[in-house]
Amino acid sequence: MRVGIGLPNTCPGATGRLLVEWARRAEAGPYSSVGVLDRVPYVSHDPLTTLAAAAAVTSRIALVTMVVVGPLRSTALLAKQAASVDSISGGRLVLGLSIGARQDDYVVARVDHRRRGEALSEQIVDLRLAWERGAMTPQPARDGGPPILVGGLSGQSFGRMARSADGYVHGGGPPRAFAGAASRALAAWSDLERAGRPQLWGQGYFALGGTEATETGAAYLRDYYAFTGPFADRIAAGNLTTPQQVVDFVRGYEEAGCHELVLLPTVASLEQVELLAEVLSA
Amino acid sequence: MRITVVGGGPAGLYFAALMKRADPSHEITVLERNAPDATFGWGVVFSEETLGSLRDADRPSYDEITEMFARWGAIDVRYRGETVRSRGHVFSAIARVRLLSILQRRCADLGVELRFEHEVSDLSGLAEAADLVVGADGVNSTVRAQRAEALGPTLDVHRTRYIWFGTHLALKAFTFIFRENEHGLFQVHGYPFDARTSTFIVECPEWTWRRAGLDRATEQESIAYCEELFAEDLAGHRLLSNRSMWLNFVTLRNGSWRDGNVVLVGDAAHTAHFTIGSGTKLAMEDAVALAEALERHPGPDLTPALVEYELARQPVIERFQQAALESSAYFENVRRYAGFEPVQFAFNLLTRSGRITHLELEKRDPSFVAGVDDWFARNATGSAIQVEPAGHRTVRVARAPAFTPLLLRHVDVTNRVTLSSPDQDRCEDGVPGDEHTHRAEVAAASGAGLVIPGSFAVSAEARIRPGSLGLYAEAHAAAWRWILDRARHLGEARFGATIGHAGRRGATRPRTRGVDIPLEPDDAWPLVSASPLPYTSRSAVPRELSVEEMPAIVAAFARAARLAAGAGFDLLELDLARGHLLASFLSPLSNRRADEYGGSLDDRLRFPLRVVEAVREAWPERRPLAVRLTATDWMPGGFEVDEAVAVAERLKSLGCDLVHVVAGQTVRNDRPEYGRFALVPASDRIRNEAGICTLVGGHLTTMDEVNTILAAGRADLCILDPPVAAG
Repeated sequence: MRVGIGLPNTCPGATGRLLVEWARRAEAGPYSSVGVLDRVPYVSHDPLTTLAAAAAVTSRIALVTMVVVGPLRSTALLAKQAASVDSISGGRLVLGLSIGARQDDYVVARVDHRRRGEALSEQIVDLRLAWERGAMTPQPARDGGPPILVGGLSGQSFGRMARSADGYVHGGGPPRAFAGAASRALAAWSDLERAGRPQLWGQGYFALGGTEATETGAAYLRDYYAFTGPFADRIAAGNLTTPQQVVDFVRGYEEAGCHELVLLPTVASLEQVELLAEVLSA
Repeated sequence: MRITVVGGGPAGLYFAALMKRADPSHEITVLERNAPDATFGWGVVFSEETLGSLRDADRPSYDEITEMFARWGAIDVRYRGETVRSRGHVFSAIARVRLLSILQRRCADLGVELRFEHEVSDLSGLAEAADLVVGADGVNSTVRAQRAEALGPTLDVHRTRYIWFGTHLALKAFTFIFRENEHGLFQVHGYPFDARTSTFIVECPEWTWRRAGLDRATEQESIAYCEELFAEDLAGHRLLSNRSMWLNFVTLRNGSWRDGNVVLVGDAAHTAHFTIGSGTKLAMEDAVALAEALERHPGPDLTPALVEYELARQPVIERFQQAALESSAYFENVRRYAGFEPVQFAFNLLTRSGRITHLELEKRDPSFVAGVDDWFARNATGSAIQVEPAGHRTVRVARAPAFTPLLLRHVDVTNRVTLSSPDQDRCEDGVPGDEHTHRAEVAAASGAGLVIPGSFAVSAEARIRPGSLGLYAEAHAAAWRWILDRARHLGEARFGATIGHAGRRGATRPRTRGVDIPLEPDDAWPLVSASPLPYTSRSAVPRELSVEEMPAIVAAFARAARLAAGAGFDLLELDLARGHLLASFLSPLSNRRADEYGGSLDDRLRFPLRVVEAVREAWPERRPLAVRLTATDWMPGGFEVDEAVAVAERLKSLGCDLVHVVAGQTVRNDRPEYGRFALVPASDRIRNEAGICTLVGGHLTTMDEVNTILAAGRADLCILDPPVAAG
């Protein structure tokens, strides 16, 4: 299993320069990828723009969206943006897409929330066709464009993933939750008679370095997930705040068959890159 | 901390005792609406796993409780006058009234204040006066009702009726009894809880209950009815009542178990159907988890402790509730298995919730599973391949069900494991290449009993993709004859061919980067379907199959059947699934025809069954015909399992021998239900209601799953997906 690190593009206090420096250090560290989140009505950097900046200062690591809420965006523009990041990075983009979990994203973006599932299903195929035809986008670095991952936990999400994507991206939780979702992803893949196996990506939150980091991380998660009500407390309680928790989590995901796990920061401080690197290298 | 516990049942009392024990400075009050010696229900059951956590949590009460335990290790299934016993399970039980008195005493010794006959009406007042309020007041919780908005309870009422009795019949095992009379089928869940008393729960479907007049019966009349029905089982003992009433079980869930400083435990938070007997166990485990969480997070802010409690308990409860649902669904539909012989009936019952498998039962009671395997090998293989009867002795080295043969017509499939190749072919004009030879050889040598190397188009226009395999020319049959001849030398596998017509899902690209992406118009061929509805927004609009075109399609299927026979395939499978041409007639979602080929199920079946008849006619009488059938469209308004059972009955009458159960893909935007054993319930219904053999897949990855499904009579053949390596 490969392990990547998130860029803190939705964490309070993350400046644009910090994101760029973060990506630079991630490239120098034991990480296979950097990941970004997507949220419209929340102070945050745009995921694909952030990855474009990361692409400019890196040459090795994969650049993954975990995820972009696809239906919020015009498919033609998303096709162009994603192909541009892929082109700038020399073929390192992995485009994770989902319908997202928050209705307010749709309200602010003025997109019909009720059609989100159908819109995403259409969008995935349209992206692929746009990249293949190449009439609007840069020549993709890889045939057919960057790999597409799809997230979500409904049967429809797994069906959508298996019908049109290259893999599955899980939304976080203990290894047991990932294992259950991965097994459903494999069942869907086999049901749709796709060749080989889907790529399976996982994610988890961390804040290393002691009490202050723990508290900052928890406060951010409670705020970021406030829309889930009491569930936000539970997400905050799942934040990985000790080296042992990180090690157990990584091992659990590996045993559950995850191909690449991206650990997302909850504190926008550059030392997090080094603190996590120490744990992973130990 | 000042703690008010509402409800003096096992969860409330145990939690109070644990907290007081951990810190005597806590001021803890338990408010109970009934008197100290009032009790409902009879005995409560525990499993060994729970006992460890009770011992660790509070040794003195553990010692007292276990001192009083009735313990046993067997489950008896009494059915058709026979009793099948399975050993190696671990159960303990105690009279509920004794458990309560032990816990009441323990609370009193530790200094918990117990107030009986105290009704709670004003929760807000309690919540203001105390640091923590624990709602331990049962399934009809007042605490929950007053905080319903924040806690989000949902209630599911089950369809069967049940009533709790006691009896002085001392049962020796957890005992399931099935008795049928003119009103219907009744079942008993009985277990001992002390040396001379057992719990005796009687359950039946709602309509049986009404037909028996029990909806109008008094308590005494209900007792008399049940005593007469179970006279033989009760052996002269009476049924004891304790304000017993006929009830519907209610499964309760809550979105959250906490609101501010109010938290729920036990039945107030969740219930799981009594057929897996876990209510008290789960309630006391809640108490342990909550007390531990509060000890770990003392601080004035209760949130971290209550969150940890929820995180620890909710996943456990969800798993139990899922298992309980499967279990109660089994009892609601148990009539389906009325034709089973007692040993298979018992195995089916024991594996009903998905928690206990063939392997797990074998660990607990090897001789029971040897008996099941022996019975299976002798009786479930399709009659002709009989093991020599060995008198009444069980064959101790009987093969596991997956490795028993199955006779379908004159074809003996040597074992129950089927390998089915995904549709990823890249052939020219439907002709197989080296890749197919290689794959067939690998599959033949794999040890599988049945290999389905691919789906074959019945004509060039019937292909799903340009590279799809075909069976529409002599060259195809010749190529496969050559491949099968080579492969047969490598193993004992039988080979099956699936023949079909893509219908509106035809003329698509290879599936490397996605399914149902149409070819460029210049490369595509015209599509045909039951109605002119495109499969996706990009797909070409298919032509509605005209009545004039039907004979040619029927003839193409018959030709494919003859070519498959000539090629030497042992089994033929007709594709009536996946939204392809024949399936498009079956589903009201894809068939909008106004003629005699659309509308009612009979009309929607008219064309597909014509194909079935022609294929059966063209396919050798000695070889089996299978049908791949969509059991449900996984879509509201679509084809459902009830209809699939009716279709399976028709297929059987037309000479089909096997139904391959699949689901979904009738329409692109369906709502699939992927998960463990997702297709097994549909297979179970089709097999046991239509009385036809079934083949089921749906991502089965272990031989234990296969053995469990087969031995329980839920399918006859299973598709195994190779397991996934970690990393």
